[in-house]
Amino acid sequence: MTAPILEVKNLKKYFGAKNNPLKAVNDITFHVMPGETLGLVGESGCGKSTTGRTIIKLYEKTGGEVIFNGKHTDQLSTKEQKKFNQELQMIFQDPYASLNPRMTVFEILAEGYDIHGIYKDKKERRIKIYELLESVGLNREHANRYPHEFSGGQRQRIGIARALSFDPKLIIADEPISALDVSIQAQVVNMMREIQEERGLAYLFIAHDLSMVKYISDRIAVMYMGQLLEVGKASDLYNNPIHPYTKSLLSAVPQPDPRTEKKRKRVDYDTSQHNYSEDEEVTLRDFGNEHYVFCSQKEFDNWI
Amino acid sequence: MNEPVLQMKDLHVDFSTYAGTVNAVRGVSFDVYKGETLAIVGESGSGKSVTNQAIMKLLPQPPAIYSSGEILFDGKNLLDLSEKQMEKVRGKDISMIFQDPMTSLNPTMKIGKQITEVMLKHQKISKNDAKKRALELMKMVGIPMPERRLNQYPHEFSGGMRQRVVIAIALAADPKLLIADEPTTALDVTIQAQILDVMKEIQKSSQTSIIFITHDLGVVANVADRVAVMYAGEIVEVGTVEDIFYNPQHPYTWGLLGSMPDLNEDRDQRLRTIEGSPPDLTDPPKGDAFAPRNPYAMKIDYEQNPPMFKVNDQHFAKTWRLHPDAPETEIPDIIKNRYLQYTGGDN
Repeated sequence: MTAPILEVKNLKKYFGAKNNPLKAVNDITFHVMPGETLGLVGESGCGKSTTGRTIIKLYEKTGGEVIFNGKHTDQLSTKEQKKFNQELQMIFQDPYASLNPRMTVFEILAEGYDIHGIYKDKKERRIKIYELLESVGLNREHANRYPHEFSGGQRQRIGIARALSFDPKLIIADEPISALDVSIQAQVVNMMREIQEERGLAYLFIAHDLSMVKYISDRIAVMYMGQLLEVGKASDLYNNPIHPYTKSLLSAVPQPDPRTEKKRKRVDYDTSQHNYSEDEEVTLRDFGNEHYVFCSQKEFDNWI
Repeated sequence: MNEPVLQMKDLHVDFSTYAGTVNAVRGVSFDVYKGETLAIVGESGSGKSVTNQAIMKLLPQPPAIYSSGEILFDGKNLLDLSEKQMEKVRGKDISMIFQDPMTSLNPTMKIGKQITEVMLKHQKISKNDAKKRALELMKMVGIPMPERRLNQYPHEFSGGMRQRVVIAIALAADPKLLIADEPTTALDVTIQAQILDVMKEIQKSSQTSIIFITHDLGVVANVADRVAVMYAGEIVEVGTVEDIFYNPQHPYTWGLLGSMPDLNEDRDQRLRTIEGSPPDLTDPPKGDAFAPRNPYAMKIDYEQNPPMFKVNDQHFAKTWRLHPDAPETEIPDIIKNRYLQYTGGDN
C-alpha cells in the first residue's frame, strides 16, 4: 500500500487566551493520498480554512502532528523546510487579493524561483515561466501584464500557475472558485482536474459549495465547529450520509432542478440530539468502505 | 394572468467612463406580476444588478445615464419622477434586500430603530404601534426573542440573523414589490435554505411580488415562478421556471445549465464550459453578443442582433436558431436529457 502524501493527526489550532481559547481546529485526523483530491467542506467558521493554513504553516499549530511526504513538519532542517515550501503549495480564494498589483505576471511567477535560487540562467527561467502560463491556458504575451488587466478567472489561473511552479506534490486550494462566475468555475475546475491527471498531484480542496466539491473530490471530509464529523468516498458520503449534520448540510444544497426543489425537505441539525454523557468516548469510528463517522459507541450501534 | 405590478420597456442604461461609454443595459423589457417571483440570472457584468438598481433609481447620475425606455409602476414612469417623489416610492412601494447583510445595516443604530424608521417615515403611525409592528415582523422572519433583540446592535447578530433583519426592514411598509439582489450569496447553505423558506412564506401570506437576482441556478429552481436570463446587458431568454430548466432554447442558457454539476452527476464526466469571456460593453458587438462564445453560431449571428422568438405564450428566446429558416441545431445531450426526464416523469 502506498503511503499518504499528507497525514494530519490530532491537529489542534486554538486562538485567543490560554485559559479560554477558541478551538478553531479541535483534534482532527485525516490523510490525503498521492494523486487524490480530498474535499474539505463545512460552513463558515467551521475551521476548514484554518486547517489548511495550519498545515502549510501559515499558522503555528497548537498541538498534533502534520506529516508531509513521510516527514514530521515540525522537525524539518532548513534544507528540508525549503523543499517542503516547494512541494506543498496553496491557492487562495480571492484572486484579486492574492496577486501583488505592482508586479507583472512574469515577476510574480519568477519571484518563487529567485527566492529558492533556481534557474540561475535567465533564459531558462523565462522559458519555464512561459510553459507555466501555457499550462494554465494563458499565453506568453500575458507575462508582461499586471494583475488588474485580467478577469477574475484569468487571475485565478495565474494563482494556479504560481502554485504549480515547483511541481508540487500537494496543493491546498482554499475556496479557489468561490469568487468566480458559474461558467468560469467550470473552466477552472476542469483545468485543475486536467493538471492533476497530467502531473499526478494531490489536492486538499477546501470549499463550501457542495455540488462542486462532490464533482472534484475522490473523498470528502465534513467539518463542523472545529471537528471532523464524517469522511468517506465522495459518492458514498452523498448517497449515504450517516452523521445527522452531514444529512442536514446535504439537504440544504439547492439543486438546479425545479421539481426536486419543490419536493425537497430541509433537515435541521440540533446538537442536543447527541446528548453525550461524560464517560462516553466520541471519536471517528469505521463504518466500512473508508467511511468514518464521529460518534459514540451507542450511536455507532444505532447507525451502522 | 393578472395585471403586472411593474413593466419595464426597452430600458437602456449607459455609464460614461474614461474608457468610453459602457452600454450596461441594452434594451431590457419584462413584466412582474402580482404575487410572483421573477428570478433574473446572469454572470457578473451581465447587467442584472444595474437593471434593478435602475428601478429604484439608485444609480448615481453621472456616470449613469438612463438613455431610453420606461419603467412603469402604478401607472407612473419611475424614470420621470423627481428625487423627492422617488423617496416616497423607495422602501414603501418598492424595497430592496442587498447581498451583504454586514454592510446594509447601520452599525451604530439599534435594530429596533432601523426597522421602525421605515414605518415612521412612510406611514402615519405612532412610535408605540411601530414598535409593536416591528416585533411582529421580527417574529415573522424568525428572529427568536424579538423583545430583547430589538435593543441590540447589528454586530450582536449572526449573518443569517442580520439578513432576517434586512428582510424585516424591507417588509416594514408592506411593499408591492421586493427586489432581492443576491440576498443569500453571502450566507452558508443551511442559513440560505432558512432565508429562502422565510421569503417564500412571506410571499404566500402577503402576495408581494419579488424580483430575485442571483447567479445560483439551484436557488432559482427553488424560488422562481418565472426566470429571465441576462447576458451582456440583454435578456436572452425568459420563461417559466420549467421552460428554462427543462426546455431551454438559448445556447447561453444551455451553457449555464451545463456548467453546473448536479449532485447526481457522475464524476467521470467533464463539466461543460462556456469558452471565452463576455464581450466588452464599451463596444458591444453588432450581431448576437453571445455569438463568439456560441459553438452553434451561424453567419447571421455575427451580423444581426436577433429579436425575441416566441416558444410558447410565456417562453421567449433571443436566438436566430428559432427562426423558421434556421437549420436544426444539435441540442446537447445534457439538455435533451433534462427535457426527457421532465416529460418522461409526467407521463
